[in-house]
Amino acid sequence: MRSVENALGLEVPLNAQYIRNIIMGAHAVHDHIVHFYHLAALDWVDIVSALKADARATAALGQKLSSWAGNSYEAVKTSQDKLKTFVASGQLGIYGSGYWGHPAMKLSHEVNMLAAHHYLQALEYQREINKVVGILGSKTPHIQNVAVGGVANAINMDSPTTLNMERLYYIKTLIDKVGDFVENVMLIDTAAVGAFYAEWTNYGAGVMNYLSVPDMPMDTKGTVFALPGGYIADGDVGKFTAIKSYNDSFFRDNVRESIKHSWYDGEWNKHPWEEETVPKYTDFQDNGKYSWVKAPNFMGKPAQVGPLANVLCMYVAGHAPTKKYVDKALALVSSLAGAKVGIGALHSSIGRIAARSVRCAVLYDTLKTQWQALVDNIAKGDVKTFNPPTFPKGEQRGYGYHEAPRGALSHWIVIKDGIIKNYQAVVPGTWNSGPRNHTDAPGVYEAALVGTPVADPEKPLEVLRTIHSFDPCIACAIHLVDKDRHEIVRVKAV
Amino acid sequence: MSDLKDYPDIADGIEKKGISRRDFMKFCTGVAVTLGLPFGMGTQIAEAVLNPKRPPVIWLAAQACTGCTEALLRSNHPTLEHLILDLISLEYHETLNAGSGKQAEDWLRKTIKENKGKYILVVDGSIPVKDGGIYGKIGGKTMLSLCEDMSSQAAAVIAIGSCASWGGMPSADPNPTGATPVYQVLQNKGIKTPVINIPTCPPNPYNFLSTVLYYLTFKKLPELDDKLRPKFAFSRLIHDNCERRPHFDAGRFAVQFGDEGHRKGYCLYKLGCKGPETHNNCPTLLFNDVGSGAWPVGTGHPCFGCSEKGVGFTVPLHTPAKLKDITPPVNFPGIAEKRGKGVTVAAAAVVAGLAGAAIGAGVATSKKLDKKKTGSESKE
Repeated sequence: MRSVENALGLEVPLNAQYIRNIIMGAHAVHDHIVHFYHLAALDWVDIVSALKADARATAALGQKLSSWAGNSYEAVKTSQDKLKTFVASGQLGIYGSGYWGHPAMKLSHEVNMLAAHHYLQALEYQREINKVVGILGSKTPHIQNVAVGGVANAINMDSPTTLNMERLYYIKTLIDKVGDFVENVMLIDTAAVGAFYAEWTNYGAGVMNYLSVPDMPMDTKGTVFALPGGYIADGDVGKFTAIKSYNDSFFRDNVRESIKHSWYDGEWNKHPWEEETVPKYTDFQDNGKYSWVKAPNFMGKPAQVGPLANVLCMYVAGHAPTKKYVDKALALVSSLAGAKVGIGALHSSIGRIAARSVRCAVLYDTLKTQWQALVDNIAKGDVKTFNPPTFPKGEQRGYGYHEAPRGALSHWIVIKDGIIKNYQAVVPGTWNSGPRNHTDAPGVYEAALVGTPVADPEKPLEVLRTIHSFDPCIACAIHLVDKDRHEIVRVKAV
Repeated sequence: MSDLKDYPDIADGIEKKGISRRDFMKFCTGVAVTLGLPFGMGTQIAEAVLNPKRPPVIWLAAQACTGCTEALLRSNHPTLEHLILDLISLEYHETLNAGSGKQAEDWLRKTIKENKGKYILVVDGSIPVKDGGIYGKIGGKTMLSLCEDMSSQAAAVIAIGSCASWGGMPSADPNPTGATPVYQVLQNKGIKTPVINIPTCPPNPYNFLSTVLYYLTFKKLPELDDKLRPKFAFSRLIHDNCERRPHFDAGRFAVQFGDEGHRKGYCLYKLGCKGPETHNNCPTLLFNDVGSGAWPVGTGHPCFGCSEKGVGFTVPLHTPAKLKDITPPVNFPGIAEKRGKGVTVAAAAVVAGLAGAAIGAGVATSKKLDKKKTGSESKE
């Protein structure tokens, strides 16, 4: 959508920007909650140990850590009983393959139980905030309200079948409801897991070139954004360059993708507008081609994308809500760990998880301001949601970017005489899971695994912790090879 | 429905599972209503879901975006947690498995062995078959061989989403991976396991849940149409149940997003709405449990036919749909006739020639009305 708008020089009405922003924010809050509690937490939390917890002690711990009303003894007891009944049924299903009792599981019964309790509660909150996406986007996850030039939502406060006051206040109610959970449960839980697994601040940093794009445009042209973005080279916050607009050449001219180690014909490293991807499968070649994923690179180097990159860039750019929540999370980690923990600790697997919670809280704040901006704009009498596109003769090139839940995403298009001539999507999953690039520099996942201790090579839970910390959006194979280069185990992280 | 206290065994079972009696019966009744079953059937459903051995379900993700799983996370009645903790035993699901790699694959082999011939296999995503299936592998095996192997040992296969049902987005021209629907893979291999297709992108979670619960309750598959889709969800065109249908019939259309017609909620046919050639229950079931208008046409965007092969991901978004069986009437019948003597609204529809498209019982009803009308006219 944005790539076509960029190619055509088409402005997007303010209402459409705000509606898109609210959808992006609500979707990302939902996504971050699901990722932490349902797709990553069980790498750190032992459900079987949780069954042995004292429910009263668990509730007391929860109440000490947070003002969350859902940490009552009765609520914790209900969750624990539910789990006990489930386990007693003997049909463990998807939980049967978990790493219960693994030597790398270090939390107390009570901390495990508190996390398991929130695992169940989180299901409810991800559903609630996702309703915002449903109201504006028609259905989820495949929303169907966006159009080149704006959105298909009609705004009419005096019609029963359009975006009207009832719909707007339903959205506001849902946004308000999720705030308490994000600030007083999720942010606290990730800080607690970080503090209790403090040694994990030493593992999983990998590539420390961080790329993030600005998002939530506040004007029709894409020059003012609610959330800043940019590039940090070598993990050095002094080397930050902001990306300023939808036409910023710093981003546009520095993205390339290499296929030297990917199952496509050729060995090139090209700008997305110039790429032509022709599949050519060879099976696994240790030093040749070994992945369907291309190797994106920025200024010739691999770059890490995702909430950590986003939070670091926003922090360096002086974004106040980001600073507020980073400082809050680090203060809690420091107090629980009994030692001062600084922002440097974020360059790690556990830091990546903490950054996702910080981003989730920032997005909650931003959702409130986006909703207010939409209502204020409608109050001014502006009901415009769409600028119709026209496709001229000749060739146009465009690109559009978005800071997605898993990081910087960009789409690149070449249009000729109104028909798509080339289209390339450079997505967060490829930035992070790409293989070695044109200079044989390791990809982001690959680099992050170097130096990770593995207690039991048959059950390399530690590897999963790091891979899952990126929130992989693909089922990916990880092949662990010992120093004699015999493959010892394959792990599929999803 | 009779009160739950008439069924003490069931009531005890529910309480042990941590669900309130009221919520549980509400849910079972809801399922019965969704399926169009008699009210009392809720109790029968309750008994089936309280069967102490939860039926095993294995989920295989093929060439998919995981959107079908995401859609299940949105379900409110029942919720995902009730589904997998209380109703079924979800044995394997790549996104939700607690274990990965060897641990997950070992569990899969174990559960297939233990539940051979008894489990329901759910497949999301199309199956890449070109070049021997190299475009999709899990644990070194092609999705093609996994799909064949796992479906041949299943009691039934549910192909969830448009990709698994008819190829979906990956099968769009030029279909580089040879994306093939699940039923076709089974046919090619002569595998006889019954297949149910639940297309839509993403599928409404309730169409999936109702299918599973139907099967658990009645030990048979729901009635299917010629494309293997459950009739309770796919027997009607979207156009037949669309809340904007009166605007179509009256010739009131939106022509561009944001124009006056669009802002009055008029029909989206001229914007390319594929409702007239797409079978689905989106307008009656809606999405995300958020009240009125929560579906594409409801928010102002034309249906793009995602559930219909040959329409979704095939015909351009704003190309007008083919009108399968209904054209707007030239004249409208009078409805407000003299009290007690005039034609009913339904009979008026017959006069307009609109009910001709109705099927089954609908047709029979129309005939009766037709006779009545003739009768009253002859008296006059």
